[in-house]
Amino acid sequence: MKDTMTLIPLLIVLGAIGIPVLVYAALGVGEGILRTFPPVLRRSARPWVWLSLPILLIVLILLYPVIDTIRTSFKNARVDDWVGLDNYLWAFSGTMLEVIGNNVLWLIAFPLCVVVLALITAVLFDKVKYEPFAVTIAVLPTAISFTAGAVIWGQMYSFQPAGMAQFGTINGFLSLFGIKPVAWLIEPVINNFALIFIAVWLQLGIATLILSSAIKNVGDDMVEAARLDGAGDFRVFFSIILPNILPSVLVVLTTMIIAALKVFDIVYVMTNGNFGTDVIANRLYYELFAMNNLGHASAIAVVLLITALPVALINIHQFRTEAGK
Amino acid sequence: MTMTDTTMPASAPFKRQRKLPRLSRFVVHGVVVLFMASWLLPILALLVSSFRRQADTAASGWWWAFLRPNFTMQNYTLALDQLDIAGSLTTSVAIALPTTIITVLLSLIGAYALVRMQFRGRMALSLALVALLVTPPQITLVPLLKLYYTFGISGTIPGIWLYQVGFTLPFGVFLLRGFIASIPAELYEAAELDGASQLRIFRSVVMPLARPIMASLGLMAFLWSWNDLLTPLLFMGGSSHAAPVTVNLAGLANQTSQGQGPLMAATFLSVIIPLFLIVALQRYFVRGILGGAVKG
Amino acid sequence: MSQVQLRDVTKTYGGNQIIHGVSVQIEDGEFVVLVGPSGCGKSTLLRMIAGLEDICGGEVQIGTRVVNDVLAKDRDIAMVFQSYALYPHMTVADNMAFSLKLKGMPKAERAKKVHKAADILGLGPLLDRYPRQMSGGQRQRVAMGRAIVRDPQVFLFDEPLSNLDAKLRVEMRTEIKALQHRLQTTTIYVTHDQIEAMTMADKIVVMRAGVVEQCDTPLNIYDHPDNMFVAAFIGSPSMNFVEGKIVMQGGKPTFASHDGVILPLSEDVQVKDGQPVVYGFRPEHIQLAGSDGIETRISVVEPTGSETMVFMEMGQSSITGVFRERVLEADGAPLFVRPDPARVHLFDPITTKCLG
Ligand SMILES: Nc1ncnc2c1ncn2[C@@H]1O[C@H](COP(=O)(O)OP(=O)(O)O)[C@@H](O)[C@H]1O
Ligand SMILES: [Mg+2]
Repeated sequence: MKDTMTLIPLLIVLGAIGIPVLVYAALGVGEGILRTFPPVLRRSARPWVWLSLPILLIVLILLYPVIDTIRTSFKNARVDDWVGLDNYLWAFSGTMLEVIGNNVLWLIAFPLCVVVLALITAVLFDKVKYEPFAVTIAVLPTAISFTAGAVIWGQMYSFQPAGMAQFGTINGFLSLFGIKPVAWLIEPVINNFALIFIAVWLQLGIATLILSSAIKNVGDDMVEAARLDGAGDFRVFFSIILPNILPSVLVVLTTMIIAALKVFDIVYVMTNGNFGTDVIANRLYYELFAMNNLGHASAIAVVLLITALPVALINIHQFRTEAGK
Repeated sequence: MTMTDTTMPASAPFKRQRKLPRLSRFVVHGVVVLFMASWLLPILALLVSSFRRQADTAASGWWWAFLRPNFTMQNYTLALDQLDIAGSLTTSVAIALPTTIITVLLSLIGAYALVRMQFRGRMALSLALVALLVTPPQITLVPLLKLYYTFGISGTIPGIWLYQVGFTLPFGVFLLRGFIASIPAELYEAAELDGASQLRIFRSVVMPLARPIMASLGLMAFLWSWNDLLTPLLFMGGSSHAAPVTVNLAGLANQTSQGQGPLMAATFLSVIIPLFLIVALQRYFVRGILGGAVKG
Repeated sequence: MSQVQLRDVTKTYGGNQIIHGVSVQIEDGEFVVLVGPSGCGKSTLLRMIAGLEDICGGEVQIGTRVVNDVLAKDRDIAMVFQSYALYPHMTVADNMAFSLKLKGMPKAERAKKVHKAADILGLGPLLDRYPRQMSGGQRQRVAMGRAIVRDPQVFLFDEPLSNLDAKLRVEMRTEIKALQHRLQTTTIYVTHDQIEAMTMADKIVVMRAGVVEQCDTPLNIYDHPDNMFVAAFIGSPSMNFVEGKIVMQGGKPTFASHDGVILPLSEDVQVKDGQPVVYGFRPEHIQLAGSDGIETRISVVEPTGSETMVFMEMGQSSITGVFRERVLEADGAPLFVRPDPARVHLFDPITTKCLG
């Protein structure tokens, strides 16, 4: 323990100051070398000097592992023989179906919940004077890790059998009205939604921030014109505001779908995938470390990637149309 | 907060607020206050629980603390001593701070080159970046674990920097790219005519202008790094350092021997720094996400 | 300070030729204005001189040096952009001192130069402000200040007044001209506004679609336009054109339009009987005449106080006249006018070139 206490400040200085300085110096050296090139060559070589480090890192940390995992997904548990599509057949059979089903639930319910709630909060906040304060409160949980969020919500969802004193906030509240306590984390289906709601609590703030700024950018003139035309509050929202903030809604949806794909921490800490709450990412962790089955683990990972693919394609499409303008 | 001046669009400095009818105003206030209360409730519960005595926690829900106040610092002492939360926090800082700074710098370099330099393959590179934006982290784990063992950087903090920086880089470049593209080309050209080299333009024009958006990316990168469980869980195994807070907490959550109190104290300690950051930097957050344009 | 030569300069963007072999000679200390309609390639040409665009063909020479392969920062030129392109994060003083700092000039000397430039431009009290705290006109001055502290061989301006309101534009026009007289620095100034060109230039280069149409002093261009494009582009309101042919009447040439209107010519024009021509005359070169003049019908009268602009129908053609006299007739009333034969321009209807 002693040596780490001296080592760590050193590491911080090295990483937070040393490496950035080195990177900048490396750019300087690169530019210096470029200066010896003839002008035409200099210009075509320059981007590669600047981009070399980012590209190297991305290839090393993202591209190479993705390709290697795809390869491994066609091999057996110990990665010493090809097994064709066996791992994928396994990934779409038996208990895995439930896991994939849960992921689909996350993919649909989580982004939808966030967008709907964020729209409601953004519109309502817009109507009160203490909006900045309300937004800050909505944003607070975004700073909290999924792990800490799980601990916090463990206390909210805590359950004792009916008749006993309830320590959990929600069940305690329900017992005030004589309602029977709910085993939030054990009851099938309910437990999935209970977990999803933790993620909603954690992520709603960002969505509210984005959408409430978007709503403010819808011109007052347009809204007033609609009111003069006789539109009521709901009409104004659905015919004027919503169509105008659609791009921001899409941004929120994409971000949340990506978050849903990666969901791991909440499930890992709260139920560890028990009671029918398992998701692909958690199962992958299990296959990897409990079962040591690299083939299975890789196949699941690829399934996860494929699920993310439509989002990637939409993003690429969006990017191209924007770049084309 | 200074939220107001950033969320108000420049074109409409005076928002004309329409008076709602009395009843619906009442309903709106009711819903908003209810929302704020329920959103704050879990954090309040955490805070209260972290100050309750072991025996009380085991006997009643946290709200009883308001009826029979009986607080103690014991949980914090326990968390700091036995659970080594101080060590965990230090490790987390040692991971998150360098990760943040390196991510921001490399993203800025990448975005600048990608936007300002013309070269063949620029579009392809941008598209690849956009595609990589949604890579699930899980797919990279197995090969990287092997790689890390081969190079002996498994269990080291720089190993975590490497992973987190590489993983966040596509997002960082993507976020900054829009901002850099919004700086008028004439500004770079003016600097070029003034005699500035590429590196000088980067340092004296791009960096100062991009400060707000760098703060915004920095905040996000810091939160991701600080709150990341999966990466340190896998790559910090067998390390001589104290486990980062997320890993420590996840471990505590799965074993009940220490009781709820210290876990709550530890959790609260783990969220103080990010909470403080998000309250302080909230306005950059908005600006970064929405990408404000530079006016010359 | 030095001369600038463009020799057969060309520019191609992805297969589209934008500049077609432009050759211009600019003398030391001269104020040259490149003028032409939007999109004709003025900015492109200027940016090629600055080194911000590659030169696809031909040569650009500044002083005694061919600069095709010289980097922008080594060409010793300063440029004022239409958007001013001030550094938003630097004060006025820092904006102006930036280039000097990059040259490695000591701080004291830098400050002296900046103060001198600020005095010339009346920016003294604003030195500590940021661009966002200033008006358009003040920013415009800072942009010029940034150019003059460097004491470059050539000033380049790209539509520097386009973002100002009309009154300020007129003021700055005079001021820039006076400044250039004082500094005697070779200046190339791009604008689409022919009044700016006429009032400021020692020499005007009229461009159209990447080609130089004419290059001469402002008054020569006004008095002797080489072709119909230049004739129409320079001068406001635009020159009137009537198509028709030459008719010899008793050995003297006159002009007959296609719809039979007879217009006077001076006796010394070199034309043949029956030759098809375009008859051009400026609105300011028509006089009101008695009933022996040419009959026209008034469409619209626009009095400005000092003069009166009249749009009228002459036969089938619409023409414009500017008169010193007040015209009080109602719309639709007849008006008798006569073009000044000494100031008539004849053009070839096919080549559009000036005849004689
Ligand atoms: N980067 C470019 N790529 C392709 N075409 C361009 C580019 N820049 C300018 N052009 C074209 O070159 C022509 C001349 O442009 P420009 O020099 O800006 O005109 P001006 O300044 O006279 O208005 C225009 O038709 C424009 O469309
Ligand atoms: Mg132009």
